[in-house]
Amino acid sequence: MEEKLALFKNRKRFGIEKYIDVIFKNTALVLSSFVAIILLGIVLVVFFQSFESFSRYGLKFLVTSEWNPVKDEYGAFTAIYGTLITSFLSLLITIPLGVGTAIFITEDFVPKVLREIIGSFVELLAAIPSVVLGLWAIFVMEPFFREFFVFLHNFFGWVPLFSTEPTGRNSLMAILILVVMLLPIVTSIARDSLNQVPKKLRNASYGIGASRWKTIFSVILPAALSGIMAGVLLALGRAMGETMAVTMIIGNSNAFSWSLLSPGYTISSMLANQFGEADGSQVSSLFYAAFVLMILSLVVNIFAQWLVKKFSLKY
Amino acid sequence: MIKNNKKAQKNYILSLEDVSISYGKFKAVKNIFCNFKKGDITSLIGPSGCGKSTVLRSLNRMNDLIPNCSLKGTVLFDGTNIYDKRVDAVEVRRRIGMVFQQPNPFPKSIYENIAFGARINGFVGDMDDLVELSLKKAALWSECKDKLNDSGYSLSGGQQQRLCIARTIAIEPEIILMDEPCSALDPISTLKIEETMHELKKNYTIIIVTHNMQQALRVSDMTAFFNAIEYEGGDGGKVGYLAEFNSTKKIFSSPKEKTTQEYISGKFG
Amino acid sequence: MNSLFYQKNSSRNIGDKVFTTLSLICVVIAILPLIFLVTYILIKGGAQITPDLFTLEPNPPGDDLDAGGINPALIGTLIITSIASIISIPVGVGGGIYLAEYSKGGPFSRFIRFGVNVLAGVPSIIAGVFIYALIVSTKILFGSMYSGLAGGMALSILMLPTVIKTTDEGLKLVPNELRYASLGVGASMYTTILKITLPSAFRSIATGVVLGIARAAGETAPLIFTALFSYYYITGFGDLFYEMGSLSVLIYNFALEPYDAQNKLAWSASFILVLSILSVNIFSRILAALTEKTKRV
Repeated sequence: MEEKLALFKNRKRFGIEKYIDVIFKNTALVLSSFVAIILLGIVLVVFFQSFESFSRYGLKFLVTSEWNPVKDEYGAFTAIYGTLITSFLSLLITIPLGVGTAIFITEDFVPKVLREIIGSFVELLAAIPSVVLGLWAIFVMEPFFREFFVFLHNFFGWVPLFSTEPTGRNSLMAILILVVMLLPIVTSIARDSLNQVPKKLRNASYGIGASRWKTIFSVILPAALSGIMAGVLLALGRAMGETMAVTMIIGNSNAFSWSLLSPGYTISSMLANQFGEADGSQVSSLFYAAFVLMILSLVVNIFAQWLVKKFSLKY
Repeated sequence: MIKNNKKAQKNYILSLEDVSISYGKFKAVKNIFCNFKKGDITSLIGPSGCGKSTVLRSLNRMNDLIPNCSLKGTVLFDGTNIYDKRVDAVEVRRRIGMVFQQPNPFPKSIYENIAFGARINGFVGDMDDLVELSLKKAALWSECKDKLNDSGYSLSGGQQQRLCIARTIAIEPEIILMDEPCSALDPISTLKIEETMHELKKNYTIIIVTHNMQQALRVSDMTAFFNAIEYEGGDGGKVGYLAEFNSTKKIFSSPKEKTTQEYISGKFG
Repeated sequence: MNSLFYQKNSSRNIGDKVFTTLSLICVVIAILPLIFLVTYILIKGGAQITPDLFTLEPNPPGDDLDAGGINPALIGTLIITSIASIISIPVGVGGGIYLAEYSKGGPFSRFIRFGVNVLAGVPSIIAGVFIYALIVSTKILFGSMYSGLAGGMALSILMLPTVIKTTDEGLKLVPNELRYASLGVGASMYTTILKITLPSAFRSIATGVVLGIARAAGETAPLIFTALFSYYYITGFGDLFYEMGSLSVLIYNFALEPYDAQNKLAWSASFILVLSILSVNIFSRILAALTEKTKRV
């Protein structure tokens, strides 16, 4: 075998190559800190913009519902209440629907192929932009539910929730469209949690003669509970921040009402609705409301992350 | 100029002086003294968990990649302590190559697997010739010469490992480290690789970690036997140490230490 | 009666049947909206697909006027989404590289990963309002206020967490052996990352990024206070510094108009938007399923 001496020029790395290495690493480092910078920037900007309104109203802002640009008096209670009530109620409806769907997808009621298709369908729903869902809510969902809403008012009008004549756009519609938007989130997270329950638990339950649904309720759901809770919290954060579909169908009225059948408000739809034409101290009040929204979703988000970490599930 | 250690002998290419390696607080090996002669094949043998692979990886600073791994002592290569703060680990690895336990060819063609390392090292010359030469030295040329553009993954396990050997020798390192290179392979591939090692011995110094004592016997000139003992603190952890280091013939026929004798006759490990 | 036989009327078995039916109902409710929505959009929006749609400007709302087309909005979406991608992809991939390849899991990287998740949860309208306060009202961009550029910036804030996470996770999937192999022949870190690790992770990173772009194209809230809307053709580079239309804002504005012609345009725009987004999603699913089957040994 011929021994050709290979000529290697770069045994010692020449200066420029070492520089490139260092520059590359530091560039990546700087880029990764942009996340923190942007986050900090958002918090600071919103806080400073809201300061004027905050110093004027203090915490009263959170409990007054008068919002009058003409009189220059602002209180965000209707919007805050609206954000919370629409989010919680929509979640209340979504959780059983989502978990029920997830159970159906993870148990073997139907062949695997069918289950995968159903799962894909639900996930594709998440890809539909919010504004398109709003459009659909206005022209398709609302007429569809109109009669049902009238029925609700006529028969259950004594319940404060249904105590007003249903107008075209109201909080209940917003809740329903939120359900459509949250379903994919809750379903896929519930499905992941259910799938992560170890097979041996299921086998143990069947092994002592428990029926399928007894197993589901007594063994599998409890085991998947922490994951499902984390998913629910994530969905809650999403619901609170949801803007477009809600603002298109909720009626955008600051008049406070217990009834879900009358127009309502959420913080995000208030921002979408008024920010464009606001000026002066109205802008600062809007920023104050935005700050409240940010704090709410931050708290929910951080809590959800903590929950995920605590039960070490990856989402 | 980096200080030359006065004790560096001319024909010791690599020396370990009082080397101890720890992962965080946990000491993995302690007080290793060992000298490797140029042109030798040395095997590191011993039961699992006594730090053979850790020591091997420290010889070309691959341990740097493991978080919390720290080394005390001196590793002299060609008169220089490679753990000196001024030493560039990348340059060390261009002169001390490594073959790993699991074959890990690049997701590239067979040709590119070899050319990649050569280019990084600034190869000037005929790349085709270099590829052919390296594959021949690794006893892979006849099996591959018609499919140099096929993916490295299209080869069998044994062939992939020989490809990894070929890419290592293509950059002409002075020392080749091998971390249990045959443990994932079948006996026939193992034999082929051992033949390759005999060929490589002519031009390279080789240090190989192996669990297979017969392999150490077949292949190496010198053998280092590692063992582990309990911590003085007594919390159940074990720390590795170099029990005996001698020519292979002596280790296997008339070992000095009792533990060496017991390991070789299969009493433990 | 053999007590091993299935007892149709036992409470346990009736209970089981009831719950199975209930969960089936849940599934039906869950997939009905998608089916109705997509069919409705396809029919209502698809019926109006004419070449004019793609070439004309939208006409201002009015009783008797023909609606026009959505050309500026379509181009606007493409431009604004591209700007957002140009900003968020380098930053996101670079950040992801640092997290996956260089950081050692210490407090800094934990903080950044936490921040990524927090940023992902920020409501999209807040990103729009933030850019409004920072860029639009301060007129910092060469004196322009509402601009397509500002819209792109707001959108990039929403895209950034997705790109970082995708890169981080894609790189983590690359086996360490490959990195060792490259470093073992004496390659430096940046060579290893650029020539070995990143190419290996390319497919999964690209998929995630493309899905993120598709999602960003449908976002509205960040744009309504930054890029606003425009009825006019985009003619030159300078238009970046003025109001720019987008499909999503068009849908929002025209859905709320009381005029039938505008509503129809909203449906057409929805058709195009939804079709594009769904195709990207379905395509990447198929791609992922195919590559699963041909996984390398």
